[in-house]
Amino acid sequence: MPFFDSLTQSVIAGDPETCVALARQALADGLDPLDVINQGLVPGIQNTGEQFASGEMFLPDLMLAAEAMKQAIAVLEPEMARRGTRRQVLGRVVIGTIQGDIHEIGKNLVATMLSASGFEVHDLGVDVPPLKFAEQARAVGANLVGVSALLTTTMVRQKEVIEALEELGLRPGVKVMVGGAPVTRRWAEQIGADGFSEDALGAVALAKRLVCGEIPKKSR
Amino acid sequence: MINPISFPRLSLNILSDEDVRRIHTATLDLIEATGVRFPLGRALDILEAHGAQVDRAAQVARIPGRVVEEALKLAPPVYTLAGREGEEDYGQQTIAEHPGRTDNARHMADDDRNLSPAVRRPWSSPNDLILDGRHIYLGTDGCGVEVIDAFTGQRRASTKADAADCARLADALDEIGFWWSMVSAQDCPPASRGLHELEAAWNNTSKHLQTESIVSQVEMEAAVRMAEAIAGGRAAMRRRPPLSIMQCTVSPLGHDAGSLEAGLAAAEAGLPVGYMTMASCASSAPATMAGALVVGNAEVISALALMEMAAPGAPVYYAAAQTAMDLRTGGYTGGGPEDYLFGAATNRLADFYNLPLSMGAFATGAKQPGWQAAVDNSFSSFMASLTGADMLLGCGLLHGSRILSYAQMVMDCEIYSIVRKMMEGIIVNEETLALDSIRAVGPGGQFLTQKHTRAHMRELWRPRLFDRRAYDAWEADPAGPADWALQRARELLQSHRPVPLEPAMDAELKRIIASVE
Repeated sequence: MPFFDSLTQSVIAGDPETCVALARQALADGLDPLDVINQGLVPGIQNTGEQFASGEMFLPDLMLAAEAMKQAIAVLEPEMARRGTRRQVLGRVVIGTIQGDIHEIGKNLVATMLSASGFEVHDLGVDVPPLKFAEQARAVGANLVGVSALLTTTMVRQKEVIEALEELGLRPGVKVMVGGAPVTRRWAEQIGADGFSEDALGAVALAKRLVCGEIPKKSR
Repeated sequence: MINPISFPRLSLNILSDEDVRRIHTATLDLIEATGVRFPLGRALDILEAHGAQVDRAAQVARIPGRVVEEALKLAPPVYTLAGREGEEDYGQQTIAEHPGRTDNARHMADDDRNLSPAVRRPWSSPNDLILDGRHIYLGTDGCGVEVIDAFTGQRRASTKADAADCARLADALDEIGFWWSMVSAQDCPPASRGLHELEAAWNNTSKHLQTESIVSQVEMEAAVRMAEAIAGGRAAMRRRPPLSIMQCTVSPLGHDAGSLEAGLAAAEAGLPVGYMTMASCASSAPATMAGALVVGNAEVISALALMEMAAPGAPVYYAAAQTAMDLRTGGYTGGGPEDYLFGAATNRLADFYNLPLSMGAFATGAKQPGWQAAVDNSFSSFMASLTGADMLLGCGLLHGSRILSYAQMVMDCEIYSIVRKMMEGIIVNEETLALDSIRAVGPGGQFLTQKHTRAHMRELWRPRLFDRRAYDAWEADPAGPADWALQRARELLQSHRPVPLEPAMDAELKRIIASVE
């Protein structure tokens, strides 16, 4: 099997160990990391997405494929930095679970799916103060912030993230999407968020819509 | 008034004793070797003092299995949750005498309900819930964030007024045994929201309240003071707690700091505390149900053991609402065969630990009352009842516990009444064999005019919502169960007057809430 096909297959199979080993081999063989990503990894994640869309694969398949790709890219990144090249990304996302809340599965799902879909994701983890979202967004030049909350009592702080972004003068350039079990469309509208989704794939579609045409220059 | 399922006669052999023992052993191994996250210094201190190995940086406690077992043995197997009434208001109720709990298969050894060993407790009232493994009580679902308005039909964000309304309807419906904080009072400050929900409910029902929305120590201490006020002092509150507490675990294998400190505050004050796992197959637990039971069990018993270490002998209960992730969206499903199996299996675990169970049942993922909601809520409530869950949660919310529907609330009560009838089973004795009556009628007669028929006909289940009309009548007026349910809810919301809270008591509750704002 041609080398890139093996890489593609390891993504589709959701096999991070093989995928990482092949990425290391690619570096050892002197291949351009961008070619490895675009010709090896990306077709794999695309194929996985197509199989998911047709109902042959399920979310754990997607997550494993995304994980394989993420780990391989981590192996390739130092060489990209050395060559002064950068992967083209759809946008930069700062994501986290709001202060007072430590529920992270939903947030992690969204982060992984965004990453696999071509976004550069900066995951702040859980229990994140509103100002931290805004500061990180400024620091990395994000064009999208995702705020998760599972509790009705912590959900109210999603609004404070938007306020913090406003205080730093980042709105409306930086879009905000909110999510979590108690979050409704009405709540998102009420606090002035740009969108909400009930699930991870919806969040990816939303993110693409929100940042469409707003990719920062330096990522091109 | 409440209509519990008393002395159920049906049973289900879902896990063998060997299965339960393996789940238990696996759980203890996990707690001891892998550990459980307790992100609260005080909790780690308590666990360490009892022999746990504590990793402060990771906030993980590895607790020896025997320590967990010893702690759980301190929990009372049988206790009562009280209604709002004062001690002078009591009637009498019958309570099972045996000190332990067993699964229903063993209850079946008692040939007839009337022969079950029982004692009379002079201090129980008609709104008391007897958690003795022989009674099953229906509670409302929670904690919803939206309401389908009973009169406009509009869906909107829930408020304190909605908490009051649904508590008043719960008060009116005899099927409902207790009110679980049903909707979030989103028009109140987040830090005291759970207290406002309780105040709204105590002003509208004299049934027992169980809150799952108080997750900080300060708010819990205020809730304890409110419960003391309702009960008439600390001692009375411990004897007959009008409030019980539910906290959620953080799956997999973790807890939340606020939930831990709130749970500890409640347990130390003597309010019954339960920890609920919602560990879900394929996301926060393994895809296999046995593994998911182990993960959920580790979370629940590690938290309950902590409560017993902090407050030996504190009344605690097991709680669960496990499910399987939706494989397409990753979302919480709220319904499906795995939920129903979990509903039955969990009580086998709770029985094994000699603890009452508050089980997530009903709580359909359906968006509206209809086929899916009926399938979900029928199977889930029946399966959980078959193994004798003490408390069935979940009445009245749609879309996976998010949206309050008054029509669904009334329809769920009808489902419960069907389950209640089925759980009576079939009693076979001389009277029920009815041979005299059969002989008298003989071949080709009818039983309508038999006195035996008149004596027993009211034992047959009678519907409120099933459409048993003639076809022509239905064609002429195609309104159906959902319409009638909504109609009944509207009537009760307008007409039902709960026994009012004394104005001084109401003022005291409001004063306590104000003290934390």
